[in-house]
Amino acid sequence: MPMDARTRPAPQGPAVGQPLPHDSAHLHVSGRAAYTDDLPEPRDLLHVAVGMSGEAHARIDAIDLDTVRRAEGVVAVFTADDIPGSNNCGPVVPDDPILAAGTVHYVGQAVFAVAAVTVDAARRAARAARIDYTPLEPVLDPETAVEQGSFVLPSETLTRGDPAAALASAPHRLQRRVRCGGQDQFYLEGQVAMAIPEEDGGLLVYSSTQHPDEVQALVAAATGRDAKDVVVVCRRMGGAFGGKESQAALIACIAAVVAARTKRAAKLRLDRDDDMVMTGKRHDFVIDYDVGFDADGVIRGIDFTLASRCGMSADLSGPVNDRAMFHVDNTFFLENVHILSHRCRTNTVSNTAFRGFGGPQGMFAIEYVIDDIARALGKDPLDVRRANFYGEAPRNVTHYGQVVEDNMAPGLAAELEASSDYRARRAAIAAHNATEPLLRRGIAMTLVKFGISFTSTLLNQAGALVHVYKDGTIRLNHGGTEMGQGLYIKVAQVVADEFGVSPERVRITAADTSKVPNASATAASSGSDMNGMAARKAARKIVGRIRACLAARYGISEGRISFADNEVRVGDEALSFEAAVRLAWAERVSLSATGFYRTPKIHYDRETFSGRPFYYFAYGAAVSEVAVDTLTGENRLVRVDILHDCGDSLNPAIDLGQVEGGFVQGVGWVTSEELCWDDQGRLTTHAPSTYKIPTCSDLAPDFRVTLLPNAANAEETIYRSKAVGEPPLMLGLSAFHAIRDAIATPGQPAPPLDAPATPEAVLRAFYGGAL
Amino acid sequence: MPIRDRVRFILDGEVVELTGLDPTRTVLQFLREDRGLVGTKEGCAEGDCGACTVVVVAPDARGDALTVRAVNACIQFLATLDGKELITVESLAGPGGDLHPVQQAMLEEHGSQCGFCTPGFVMSLFALFKNEAAPGRVDIDIALQGNLCRCTGYRPIIAAAGRMYELGDTGDWLTAPAADSTVDRERLARLRALSDDQDIVIGDGVRTFMAPASSASLARLLAEHPGATLLAGGTDVGLWVTKAHRTLDPVIYLGRVGELSAIVADDDAVEFGAGVTLTDAVPVLLEKFPALEELFLRWASPPIRNAATLAGNIANGSPIGDSMPVLMALGTELVLRSAEGVRTLPLEDYYVDYGVTARRDGEFIERVRVPLPADGTVVRSYKISKRFDQDISALCLGACLALHDGVARDVRLAWGGMAATIRRAARAEAALEGRPLDDAAVDAAMRALREDLEPISDLRASGAYRLRVAQNLLKRLQLDVAGEPSDSLYAHGRAH
Repeated sequence: MPMDARTRPAPQGPAVGQPLPHDSAHLHVSGRAAYTDDLPEPRDLLHVAVGMSGEAHARIDAIDLDTVRRAEGVVAVFTADDIPGSNNCGPVVPDDPILAAGTVHYVGQAVFAVAAVTVDAARRAARAARIDYTPLEPVLDPETAVEQGSFVLPSETLTRGDPAAALASAPHRLQRRVRCGGQDQFYLEGQVAMAIPEEDGGLLVYSSTQHPDEVQALVAAATGRDAKDVVVVCRRMGGAFGGKESQAALIACIAAVVAARTKRAAKLRLDRDDDMVMTGKRHDFVIDYDVGFDADGVIRGIDFTLASRCGMSADLSGPVNDRAMFHVDNTFFLENVHILSHRCRTNTVSNTAFRGFGGPQGMFAIEYVIDDIARALGKDPLDVRRANFYGEAPRNVTHYGQVVEDNMAPGLAAELEASSDYRARRAAIAAHNATEPLLRRGIAMTLVKFGISFTSTLLNQAGALVHVYKDGTIRLNHGGTEMGQGLYIKVAQVVADEFGVSPERVRITAADTSKVPNASATAASSGSDMNGMAARKAARKIVGRIRACLAARYGISEGRISFADNEVRVGDEALSFEAAVRLAWAERVSLSATGFYRTPKIHYDRETFSGRPFYYFAYGAAVSEVAVDTLTGENRLVRVDILHDCGDSLNPAIDLGQVEGGFVQGVGWVTSEELCWDDQGRLTTHAPSTYKIPTCSDLAPDFRVTLLPNAANAEETIYRSKAVGEPPLMLGLSAFHAIRDAIATPGQPAPPLDAPATPEAVLRAFYGGAL
Repeated sequence: MPIRDRVRFILDGEVVELTGLDPTRTVLQFLREDRGLVGTKEGCAEGDCGACTVVVVAPDARGDALTVRAVNACIQFLATLDGKELITVESLAGPGGDLHPVQQAMLEEHGSQCGFCTPGFVMSLFALFKNEAAPGRVDIDIALQGNLCRCTGYRPIIAAAGRMYELGDTGDWLTAPAADSTVDRERLARLRALSDDQDIVIGDGVRTFMAPASSASLARLLAEHPGATLLAGGTDVGLWVTKAHRTLDPVIYLGRVGELSAIVADDDAVEFGAGVTLTDAVPVLLEKFPALEELFLRWASPPIRNAATLAGNIANGSPIGDSMPVLMALGTELVLRSAEGVRTLPLEDYYVDYGVTARRDGEFIERVRVPLPADGTVVRSYKISKRFDQDISALCLGACLALHDGVARDVRLAWGGMAATIRRAARAEAALEGRPLDDAAVDAAMRALREDLEPISDLRASGAYRLRVAQNLLKRLQLDVAGEPSDSLYAHGRAH
């Protein structure tokens, strides 16, 4: 497989910048990495299963649980009435019942919980209930929700300039409705939590969660406890992708309620089908646009209406849709723009965070518009993209008022255009398509500009706790969680370099609410930015104390004391790190410290959608080439070239993995991953047999990924690195537009292709909309 | 014949002998719940994600070499391991914790991120390591068809599959790659010592698992228990348990019936015993019908093909099974046996309606008889699905026709995914029969398909799409027969 030599920027420290393996890699490959379901089970553990609603919208008239209670192995059964505290697991708005009370709002909603002595007994028993419903009229799609005014949150608008006038006076104008589908996170480890009662009302909860602090708060509320009584621990998740940001709480709350009521340890691990039916996904969007542009394809004015399927409750839909509004510009200057964002309440599962968090849908919208403009004008879409890029003032201010200070898109586009041989390949593809009617090819470049920070400013804070022991080893803890993204090794690299020790001396420990309190979710790509900084601050406190202690003892200035190579140099003398530590300990110096970080510069007024919500932007560019079978609509990625900006990478191997994996996941979103519901609101794609994420053979045979070299972040992030978790996902849009390119007829308007571009969607578009 | 009341297999060098046993307890439940071997994960419990992949080693059909095959522990019933060796991710590292070359390669190439799918990938790669000496990208893709990774995008795992051959072989059988592998005589001898020709009857006191060792025993047991569940590969029956929570009793397993594992070929036909796995059947079918390569590459995944049987695919009767369209087009017959005797039934008469077959209580499919057509016969099958690998057909065409002087005769077009059962399209066949395969004939056949088939809409495709593509597949057939196949998209851009 051809593969460009990976860009390895010069390491910035002995550890930072090195392509170290994931800290758990040796455990992963040998089966010794423990996930929540792998932990030793306490004596008398109860296994929990959930009885789910079979109706999309109905009043519960009666629940007959006698057969459930009598089923073999069953110990206890719980409904909403049995919850000791608050029946809510909604993270922002308290509109998410743990167990349905009175009314069910989607197929799969938890109605009751069964605790039994085995997993099998619990799951069998959960199917034995009889629930009588009076059906109510369901709302099953965003269009119907808009018609009926069914919203989970008020609609929002954002306007800049005079879009109406700009549209009216533009030389060209296009309008269209287009849809992009949702996406299941499909973490390989399903949702799971185990709650263990401790003395005096304490609860210890092992939860596969991106947000232990929130699980702690919701478990405390649900079980009638205080935060001080509940500890939530997560060493690692088997993938999360946003799906365990808010919705891990439902699972943890059910396990905790069972544990609190029975005073026995209780574990709930969802079966894959139940997980997919019961928990939320990426929002699907219905997008209406009206765009006016000039002969060069420059957008004069644009009007967007974005309607997203939020499902039955608010969950994180507010900030997801806000982020979609913030990203309808992507890399383009929109001088006159109006955005209307509807947050639709539907009787389907409550949609939630998924890598990109609204950004992908916003970018999908504008990239679609750009593609339509190019085809309407008969231009290469890359030229139209270029014509609309942010530029010099005044074309450098986003529609929400943030100045684009480091506009990297034009440079990335130029570099990738050359390195991917874009123009020559486009010409070759055009020649191929002119003579080969059945197997057509297409190519497209898309770029990404992704805002880094939680749009909710208060969440941009992080804490860390570092201990140094007398033997010179270090235990590191911070509020971030590990879901495979390599956060823990990156932060350990930072801490190792602060102490001047090798990374093996640093032991990385589980996220634990009893060590670092009030931590934000590990989300918004912010994990290493924030936790890296917090851990560095903690380490620097301890290093400072040791330095001061040694300076006093040796009678030399602190400036002559340095930490490197597992040693501390004091003037001309070298002490081993452990000897230095031991000296400090003997001098009664504290060798434990906390660190705290708050992202600077950001501010944002939610009322006016203006300010600087993002500390900085991360950029990337991708060129995808596809082949499409015009008899069947099947399609295949043939070659991919990616140039991605990670700033000065903390760990290029980890970052490369994020770029490659994010891209493939993004391609899955816009190609094979299709969520289907039937007319009763039942999800019909609820297992890997029916929901198709990319497999190994879907990886383009020619796949060239490069991390942009010499790309120090203009902002003072940790070692001038950049966040990398989410941005590469949106590079997958290049595959979608390459498919559009393949089925487009030169000189004709763009074919009406919705995402995902399944074989059926592609063939339908190829035939002009009807089969 | 004496009856054995216990199941024996080897795990990590020890013979595990089980007496009382729930007949549908899975290998995964045994590992995680009974043995605390939690390295093997459950990702989907339906054999589609591969997080549970383990490797089973057994003497081959001739008994003088070992087969090393990945299977899905989540749907493999424990009792089917009788006489075999089970290798898990925990088995691979050396006694001092030294990583196996497969594991070391995955580490060095950054092949794990969240790590949850990793044990399954390691085991599929281990099977590749033991079976292929120098795999290329397509071989690696095939080896990993049954494993989903949501983090890496696969590139580093593919790199690890190349790298693993460069890492230390410590001289024992586990770390010796395929090229260096001599038959491990001791291993083979230990496995052969576990096998016998006794029928196994074992249960948990309530429910029973039976594994007859001969066709005669099988017929007798089935006559005694006409409502028994027949278990071959278990790649569907497993889901009746893990997903539908059905209680199966008794279960009669075909995997130990020696006669059923035979493949017998003569000039007229190839016969596959009911125990022949897809892994063993496919090379034989490909030798006879090389044009079916793409269909068979896209059919399930190695862990499924290693367990599932050709007869099971047929017996299951799903309207979207992948083997049946082409087998029906070929005129395949089923040999059904019961205590009363044997009868032969054309495959197309076997399917009565959705979920209903012509198999009577007490009967089992003993053999699948695939006739070998005369020279000059065109045999093709085209499968369409949302994803290339490890996906279920939206539709599938099996086509067979004789071409003499450009004129089509004996046209047989069988379709999957286009009706409640796999079925032929009589009007479209008639439209082609006796005519040159030109635009006019094909257009007529395409029109006739509208009368033949009324496909439904479901999550895999709409009825309109199915019908349109079914018509287009006749166009593809025309081009294919004319010897001008456009480049296959499945192979496009991929180096073999």
